[in-house]
Amino acid sequence: MIAEGRRNQRLVALYREMLRIRLVEETIADRYAEQEMRCPVHLSIGQEGVAVGVSAALRRDDYMISTHRGHAHYLAKGGDLRAFIAELYGRETGCSGGRGGSMHIIDRSVGMIGSTPIVGGSLPIAVGTAFSTRLDGGDRVTVVYFGDGTTEEGVFLEALNFAALKALNVIFVCENNGYSVYSPLAVRQHPNRSRVAIAAANGLATGTGDGNDVVAVYDATKVAVDRARSGGGPTFLEFDTFRHREHCGPFFDDDLGYRDPAFVAGWLARDPVTTLERTLLADGTLDAASQSEIVSELRAEIDDAFAFAKASPFPPPSDLFRHIYAEDV
Amino acid sequence: MSARTITYAEALREGTAVAMAADPSTFLMGLGVPDPKAIFGTTTGLQAQFGAERVLDMPTAENGMTGVAIGAALVGKRPIMVHQRVDFTLLALDQIANSAAKWSTMFNGQGSVPLTIRMIMGRGWGQGPQHSQNLQATYGHFPGLKVVMPSTPHDAKGLLIAAIEDNNPTIVLEHRWLGNTIGAVPEGHYSIELGKARIARSGNDVTLAASGYSTLESLRAADLLAQDGIDCEVIDLRTIKPLDSATIVASAARTGRFVAVDSGWKTFGIAGELIALVSENAFGSLKTAPVRITPPDAYVPTTQSLANAFYPSTTTIVNAVRAMYGLAPKTDLELGFDPDRLLDVPDASFRGPF
Repeated sequence: MIAEGRRNQRLVALYREMLRIRLVEETIADRYAEQEMRCPVHLSIGQEGVAVGVSAALRRDDYMISTHRGHAHYLAKGGDLRAFIAELYGRETGCSGGRGGSMHIIDRSVGMIGSTPIVGGSLPIAVGTAFSTRLDGGDRVTVVYFGDGTTEEGVFLEALNFAALKALNVIFVCENNGYSVYSPLAVRQHPNRSRVAIAAANGLATGTGDGNDVVAVYDATKVAVDRARSGGGPTFLEFDTFRHREHCGPFFDDDLGYRDPAFVAGWLARDPVTTLERTLLADGTLDAASQSEIVSELRAEIDDAFAFAKASPFPPPSDLFRHIYAEDV
Repeated sequence: MSARTITYAEALREGTAVAMAADPSTFLMGLGVPDPKAIFGTTTGLQAQFGAERVLDMPTAENGMTGVAIGAALVGKRPIMVHQRVDFTLLALDQIANSAAKWSTMFNGQGSVPLTIRMIMGRGWGQGPQHSQNLQATYGHFPGLKVVMPSTPHDAKGLLIAAIEDNNPTIVLEHRWLGNTIGAVPEGHYSIELGKARIARSGNDVTLAASGYSTLESLRAADLLAQDGIDCEVIDLRTIKPLDSATIVASAARTGRFVAVDSGWKTFGIAGELIALVSENAFGSLKTAPVRITPPDAYVPTTQSLANAFYPSTTTIVNAVRAMYGLAPKTDLELGFDPDRLLDVPDASFRGPF
């Protein structure tokens, strides 16, 4: 009974974290037209299961590096919500002081080294943090997220090779949402091309899972984390998932007809947040009152973050040249 | 008491050893670092001294391994990378320009990249267009990078130590023809401040501004011009970025004649930048139009006849200065050079293959 109670608590926590990210990003989308968040946003809506499942298997001091579609990764790792929203608003209090926007988010206090939109660029950097961990003799793990498109970049192989060569504590997490902007996987990769087989051929352990099943993601990641901490080297994980909205921006774009309606409908029916919510409500793990209390708490937290962002100052023009070179402290 | 003299290559090896002994967060990697040739003798014995974890060979993956170095730098390491040929670093331009140069400012100072990348630049003996580029202007273009071009063994050691100890990504461009040059080099630790030029020769009539191997050519030209009573000041830039604008402008304003000598291509290059700097800040003091001496906007072909047409020589510098005084050009023979000499070797005894 105790074990089951703890399990249920954890499931509710996973649900709450996914819902939190969902509500944050829906609020971004709702307010985007106000022209105050003046940066491209690549929303994670629909892909929260991967970020939350992976992060649940990590320690606070584990490193993480992300991509242009990094909001969920940042929040799931524990990144500060106020600083994140302020960053989108270009304010001095933003997590990158307003210099990075949505595509350059960072919270070193929870191990997030940064996010960058150059496809593939973050992979070797993640491997480098793990190499540093090796030199220090630590057991810290580095996770790097990327999409299916990254696996077409040459640097993907360069990163896999060195990680395996030195048996580094790095976990490559591929979020396969089937599209590089509007280009489907089928026009980019041979149907027989297996990312997992490529990783295995480079000497990595591998795993796959349903990215919309947060528990499956957690389980697969836990195996990889345990392997890394016990000296077993790097793992490549591929999770299938689905981006609900347009590649970049607040809207839905299936009016363009680039995705088969049946394919879209199938994925929407397996939304990671509502699927788990239905299960928890159906089996009594969560009751309606508790669920609506969670929503209220989250909305209050989100409202506070947006209010904080809008009340924060912009960086002064005199700050333009700051940090071009590292400032001595 | 005579100062100890060693080669430029030995000075680089010694500078690396001194910096690595002083700071355990440093490590050195590059293709061929521990091999028998040891990057032209610049890494000899370092793996034995510091161990295989801190001194390592690497996969043939310039971009990826630069990313690895950046990642390690972001979490507290002080990596040193070395490339035997600058041409291959273009494969790493993504990581150098998009990641290393920008990380500090992009994330508001949360994570600097104290990375040193040594790049050896070539010239001549049939290396052709892809093995003899001089890319200082390319790297000088990106805010956030520092770029140094040591011209002497003393500076090679002192600038390399300064680069390793600096908290920013710093490119060290080493001209191949300097590797065997000999000079006085202090033992132990010393560093040369980045961003400061050196007056390699004082003079009152003409300012020659150069860096790396071009400094040696400019000094030779200055000697020859002195025979005709023209007193040249030679500024060795030492650091391309950030540029020591004050020293350059002050000298040009004082002499009123300015010649920029650079081993990179003519347009959009270091020499043009120096002339823009001088024109903007000392225009009223100039007695003649400033001149740039560089190779032309062409790729150096393998064949010696075309290589000779590509490289400017000491004679080119001498005659550019003479023209500022309305003096007729001198021939190679008049200046003591063999007119049939090959400009793609450092001296007649050179037998290749590099």
